[in-house]
Amino acid sequence: MTAIPLGVPRRLVEFTVDGQEARVPEGSTILDACRAAGKDVPTLCQGDTLTPKNACRVCVVEVEGARTLVPACSRGAEPGMEVRTDTERARHSRRLVLELLASSVDLSTTPKAAGWIKEYEAKPDRFGPDAARLNEEPKVDNDLYVRDYDKCILCYKCVDACGDQWQNTFAISVVGRGFDARIAVEHDAPLTDSACVYCGNCVEVCPTGALSFKSEFDMRAAGTWDESAQTETTTVCAYCGVGCNLTLHVQDNEIVKVTSPHDNPVTHGNLCIKGRFGYQHVQNRD
Amino acid sequence: MDLHFGDSKPSDEERAAVDALLGPPESSWEGADRSDADLRWARGGRAARDRRDLLLPGLHAVNDRIGWISEGALDYLCRRLTVPPAEAYGVATFYSMFAVKPRPATVLHVCTDLACASAGAAELCAGVEARLGPGSGVGVERGPCLGLCERAPAALAVRAGDPVRTAVSAPATVEAAVLAASAPDSAPEEPSAALAVPQAGQDGLVLLRRVGVVDPASLDDYRAHGGYAALRRAFELGPAEVIREVTDAGLVGRGGAAFPTGRKWQATASRPDRPHHLVCNADESEPGTFKDRVIMEGDPYALVESMTIAAYAVGAHQGYLYLRGEYPRALERMSHAIEQARARGLLGDDVLGQGYAFDIEIRRGAGAYICGEETALFNSIEGYRGEPRSKPPFPVEKGLFGRPTAENNVETLVNVLPVLTMGAQAYAAIGTAKSTGPKLFCVSGSVDRPGVYELPFGATLGELLELAGVRERLRAVLLGGAAGGFVRPDERDIPLTFEGTRQAGTTLGSGVVMAFDDTVPLPRLLLRIAEFFRDESCGQCVPCRVGTVRQEEALHRIVARTGAAAADDIALLREVGRAMRDASICGLGQSAWNAVESAIDRLGAYE
Ligand code: SF4
Ligand code: SF4
Ligand code: SF4
Ligand code: FES
Ligand code: FES
Repeated sequence: MTAIPLGVPRRLVEFTVDGQEARVPEGSTILDACRAAGKDVPTLCQGDTLTPKNACRVCVVEVEGARTLVPACSRGAEPGMEVRTDTERARHSRRLVLELLASSVDLSTTPKAAGWIKEYEAKPDRFGPDAARLNEEPKVDNDLYVRDYDKCILCYKCVDACGDQWQNTFAISVVGRGFDARIAVEHDAPLTDSACVYCGNCVEVCPTGALSFKSEFDMRAAGTWDESAQTETTTVCAYCGVGCNLTLHVQDNEIVKVTSPHDNPVTHGNLCIKGRFGYQHVQNRD
Repeated sequence: MDLHFGDSKPSDEERAAVDALLGPPESSWEGADRSDADLRWARGGRAARDRRDLLLPGLHAVNDRIGWISEGALDYLCRRLTVPPAEAYGVATFYSMFAVKPRPATVLHVCTDLACASAGAAELCAGVEARLGPGSGVGVERGPCLGLCERAPAALAVRAGDPVRTAVSAPATVEAAVLAASAPDSAPEEPSAALAVPQAGQDGLVLLRRVGVVDPASLDDYRAHGGYAALRRAFELGPAEVIREVTDAGLVGRGGAAFPTGRKWQATASRPDRPHHLVCNADESEPGTFKDRVIMEGDPYALVESMTIAAYAVGAHQGYLYLRGEYPRALERMSHAIEQARARGLLGDDVLGQGYAFDIEIRRGAGAYICGEETALFNSIEGYRGEPRSKPPFPVEKGLFGRPTAENNVETLVNVLPVLTMGAQAYAAIGTAKSTGPKLFCVSGSVDRPGVYELPFGATLGELLELAGVRERLRAVLLGGAAGGFVRPDERDIPLTFEGTRQAGTTLGSGVVMAFDDTVPLPRLLLRIAEFFRDESCGQCVPCRVGTVRQEEALHRIVARTGAAAADDIALLREVGRAMRDASICGLGQSAWNAVESAIDRLGAYE
């Protein structure tokens, strides 16, 4: 974040990452330290402005003395810790997590997934053709965004963003349990019957494209979605006086979706329905 | 918080069920008729939200009365407690005893778990389903262990209404199970808890000495048999000395993790933030475990007394007894014991006239094995989904309601009584140097006298099996339940201690010993274990959520295969199992591969 917290100066914690000395401010996670040291640890459920649920387990590292592997995204760095990010054991679990995920959900729109699958030599097909998959149909029940839970890795980010960490609307939750657990509104109703206020903050944080703008969903279906042809322009929302930052994603001179910079100290990526979805009037050219 | 309640209304009965728990609503904000005053102020909000922990009791109230939880009932409960309906729906769908779709008012839960499976659960289910088809008004649900394994096969009938009626049938025949479901009120009484204790009445018992001897309903009888001597001693010693005694006695947790109890208490007692809480984990759902039930049914005051001592030691004034939802008789006996103790000044503002305040609240689980994990249990009490939290922070720092919490299971707590009455030295003299005291074992399966046994730590597996009357042609013994491991019939020398089983490459777990003779097909048992974990995974983390499914699939593929034909899938199982053990959040995922692995390695299951 570019926002500089003006807190009390924090003490530094000293420990080692892959044998290298590392010093991070108290309260940092192992992941913070790894990234500061230039180590690449894959992450899926971790988000820059949410407390991670540490549910995906793709970021696991080995900590000397710990019985099990440890999620780098949420375990705090402690003095004297010896962390190893790239052992055979950690790589094994990461590979399996990628295999288990890719064999059960559609990771085709998850950034970096394909790269990690290659890097860790994950072979999601080896569970056989009958391996259970989510097999969910996309839920298209409103004009603003689509829920395609076939792509959902249950990272809990949307639930946290809709709930007490961002939006405080609590329209969605994890329901059911085990492999049958899904993200849903109450009584499994359509979104339009729920408490949802269409802020799109859940779409903002979804790491897999399970939640996406209707515009993006339609364009992908039509084969016209082309990220490489898009420009991004950050501007200020014109609807009210708060001054939220909007990032307009423009393809062929049309706004195709709106995100918000997470490092903005006022909004941290949050928007309301107007800023997020109310862009059609700009391109109404009649 | 934006709360949005749909327009579904509760029926009068649903409303009555919720109001019976929460009292009548005061304003239209929480579902009453609109009054003039409502135009001027709002109720609910923070005050109601602080009662979030009544969500689970509220769901029980509706489910007990109606048999399932409708949209209107859930919304009404949410309005009363200011809980977002999406969250409450997420909670209601987490537990297997709740239904959010209409179902018959009577449900017959038939156990298909290990002990019951080998005692003919499949035939029982088929027979019962044939008799209680559609139109019978009874829903038949196959499910995990009901904690009645000594009387396998087992069935539990629950009929919704006011009050809810239950009947247990075990050992169940098709006739008896059908009778329990169709007329729960006239089903025969369950046999006394003492019948689950083959040693009942024998000399030398420590933990089980009162089971079958005292009247579980009578506080006077309990006192006449030495009850409340330990609490008196605790008050003489003071909290710090109680903790010292427990530490010196070498008492460690009996739930499977074997953590020193004194250390846990000390860590909780020394936290500066208040209040402290005490939680008794009586959610034993490990297949093959029923000792907590037998204690609660046979000697309920012992648990009340030991919870009081534990709370006194850690500085807690409120204790929660988290009791398995599938234990109607234990619930009834514990409720009665707590009421009696309260009426007689042994709970309440001034326990035993010592100026110390303590009370116990019972919280019922609703069918989720994972809620036996301590942090999942806290979430469950607090009205959230029973998903484990990641540790650290540990419960002694931030446990129930974010406060320092000592969490112990029933067996651990009742051990505190002899620690105090005998003194730490004498207690520590029982058992071995590293595993002190007496230990309870739940023996079931192919034995003549299944039940709860008490032996000093250090007795061997063979001695225990001998006591229980092991039969010819023993094929395998499962130690520690589904999360434990199999050992071979010739490994009878394994000493039943934490260190001894560890040395033998297995685990004591919670003290489950299930014997299987060679009529029980091993691959089917393993499949059942895999199915159990797949069903009970909370779904939070990927290695467990998907790994348990892949494990079950692979076992299905090789169920009838051996040797080279099974080798590929066994290799796959090993890889998945290793990641589950290494990368899962909690013990469920971490141990879901143990039993299968041990069956392959120790028993040569697919050779
Ligand atoms: S759009 Fe906003 S209110 Fe609706 S589910 Fe997403 S985060 Fe919640
Ligand atoms: S929908 Fe997206 S944000 Fe929500 S849990 Fe699934 S993957 Fe995560
Ligand atoms: S290991 Fe299984 S039960 Fe435990 S948190 Fe993960 S999914 Fe839930
Ligand atoms: S990124 Fe750490 S567990 Fe998901
Ligand atoms: S009651 Fe059936 S296995 Fe325990």
